[in-house]
Amino acid sequence: MVYIVMAFLWVSILLYLLLGGADFGAGIIELFTSDNNKNRTSDTMSRTIGPIWEANHMWLIIVIVILFTGFPDIYASVSTYLHIPLLVMLLGIIARGTAFAFRHYDAVEDYMQVIYNKVFRISSFITPFFLGIIAASAVSGTINPDAHGFADAYIFSWLHFFSVAVGLFTVCICGYLAAVFLIGETLTPAERRRYIVKARSMNIAALVSGLLVFLSAAYDHVPLANWLFGNPVGIAAIAIAVVALVTQWIMIAEGHKTIIRLLAGIQVTMLLVATTFFHYPRIILMSGGRYLSLMEHHGDEKAIQSLGLALLIGSAFILPALFYLIYSFQKKTA
Amino acid sequence: MNDFLAARSQMALSLAFHIIFSCIGMVMPFFMAVSHFYYLRTGKPVFRNVTKAWSKGVAIFFATGAVSGTVLSFELGLLWPGFMKHAGPIFGLPFSLEGTAFFIEAIALGFYMYGWDRFNKWFHWFTGVVVGVSGLVSGILVVAANAWMNSPAGFDFKDGVYSNIDPVKAMFNDAWFSQALHMSIAAFAATGFAVAGIHALMIVKRKNVDFHSKSFRIAAVFACVAAILQPISGDHSARGLAHRQPAKLAALESVFKTGTHIPLVIGGIPDAKTQEVKFGMEIPGLLSFMVGGNTNTVIQGLDQLAPEDQPPVVITHIAFQVMVALGMFMLGVSILYFYMLVRKHILVDSRWLLKLFVLTTPLGYLALEAGWVVTEAGRQPWILYGILRTRDAVTPMPGIQYTFYLFSLVYLSLALFVTLLLYRQIKMVPVKYDIA
Repeated sequence: MVYIVMAFLWVSILLYLLLGGADFGAGIIELFTSDNNKNRTSDTMSRTIGPIWEANHMWLIIVIVILFTGFPDIYASVSTYLHIPLLVMLLGIIARGTAFAFRHYDAVEDYMQVIYNKVFRISSFITPFFLGIIAASAVSGTINPDAHGFADAYIFSWLHFFSVAVGLFTVCICGYLAAVFLIGETLTPAERRRYIVKARSMNIAALVSGLLVFLSAAYDHVPLANWLFGNPVGIAAIAIAVVALVTQWIMIAEGHKTIIRLLAGIQVTMLLVATTFFHYPRIILMSGGRYLSLMEHHGDEKAIQSLGLALLIGSAFILPALFYLIYSFQKKTA
Repeated sequence: MNDFLAARSQMALSLAFHIIFSCIGMVMPFFMAVSHFYYLRTGKPVFRNVTKAWSKGVAIFFATGAVSGTVLSFELGLLWPGFMKHAGPIFGLPFSLEGTAFFIEAIALGFYMYGWDRFNKWFHWFTGVVVGVSGLVSGILVVAANAWMNSPAGFDFKDGVYSNIDPVKAMFNDAWFSQALHMSIAAFAATGFAVAGIHALMIVKRKNVDFHSKSFRIAAVFACVAAILQPISGDHSARGLAHRQPAKLAALESVFKTGTHIPLVIGGIPDAKTQEVKFGMEIPGLLSFMVGGNTNTVIQGLDQLAPEDQPPVVITHIAFQVMVALGMFMLGVSILYFYMLVRKHILVDSRWLLKLFVLTTPLGYLALEAGWVVTEAGRQPWILYGILRTRDAVTPMPGIQYTFYLFSLVYLSLALFVTLLLYRQIKMVPVKYDIA
């Protein structure tokens, strides 16, 4: 049963990265769109993401519930040593979620829209940036439970070049996903071209920040290259991602929206495979070679059992409903 | 402000905020569904307009409740890692089921909000009902988790080790039913009175009278039925407390000394030093009678507990009195309302009754918050009753006071924004919703 729970954890993280990520990305694209086109972007976004918007963010809740029910030691230590980035991420989630709802549902459209938009765009950047920082800090070996002093225990646990680079990389990935998604939702060829350009520039930004991730990993002594290329699964995953990336560049202008979305999804999925496979089942790598492992540090057997059952039952309800939701609004807008 | 107090304040603030938003988000869909039902049956446009206006409110509150709920799921760990390390596996089951219910609610809301004229009208209506039902189920599950903190079950505790864990038993602990019942009814009463009060105000002001009267009717009936049922569930809860958490009962009734023929104290300010209640009204023997059916029933007092195990009596007692007083007031309003309804008074003409409802607008939520103060303060000094002290569960990270200030600021501004949005929704009724 612990494998089922782990599978749910991994898939929920992936879906949050893909669906929530595309959602964050739409805000990021708005942030980096010229003022003339900003409103058009946000219109496209609320038209297409609106119905599934709330659901996209439920994956994070599922991740958290799995962690605190199934892996309480991991949840407790992450929330202790990464308190500050988690807090900033939460503030981002609050600001973003409410600003999105407010700008859509405010009965009067006036100067307040400027505030909602600004808050929405900035928090769309900050939230995935800190999500990236948190993910990177979990495995960079910088969490030090023996640290004395506030800065060593609670700040340098997450503030270093590697985590910042991963944060930027996450932001770029989100923007890329959103641009690819939006290409298929446009109503005019000019708009379509605009998102194709966006997708390409986000892709380049992702590659540049990816390079930055490698450089900072070397600087911070994170054996990233070894994780990715030190085992056949990692190499295969990266190879598939590269093939998908190249195909994407060729097909993006003409390809069918499902295909180009699929290609983007494959790239991100393979990245997550490559980055999680090597140290699986270790999920938190701390200083001095200490670690927390999904296999060794999971909670009580019975708790895992009931959690696994709850997840299986839950997904039997959620997945069909979610697919039907996405399907019916895709069909109706097409 | 020390870190422990700051952590407790931040948690209290987050909960107090979340409770309002989640209750509105779980109850208003039912109002919306009723109005929508009337529209589908009668075809009167006013019901469609009411439904649409309310659904906007639901969406705003759902979005706010969803983020404040996300924040809470993190805050449990950010503020109380010492608690979650042990409690997570034991009381995680209701949370994982709640995740499902909440997810369903979000999906159904997507269908509902964007589904006008897109789907079969009854399917569309049904998704609105699903929003309400799954919201209510989420609420019940979360309250079941809280009930476990009051009435720990489903594990053995020996020498600091939690063993023999049974998550199902933990979820169906002794307190879950009475707490979930009391909370669900409270949510209906509080939201009903809040919504009815706002519409009553608009009727009094003679604005869009037909629109607001229809809205008022639906909300008021929900509110008044709930307010009439609530004392029964409250009595059930209090009697359960006598067995499960005698310390909490002693605190909320200010019973300092154990004994029989214990009076029911109404109002008053307890003084922990002199062990007396000042300015209170005592009804001799009534508390003993209410708990055990006769005045010879022994009620455990605070004297049974070491000072470090006693809950804070002043705040618990006052919060309880506030809750009961407001509950009684709402009960009175409800009886009056049904009396007037049965006597076929035309509502719009009984302005004094409408004004009474305007006055009641915030009272349900005040009572609800007071009730949560009773539950939470009355459980202290324990985070997990009798097992783990709140003090031992707090995060080791210093400087929590600053995060508390930050969160206060965030929640305050959110409250202002939501109030503004609500005000604008109501102001725009003639333009956006009640179109002839």
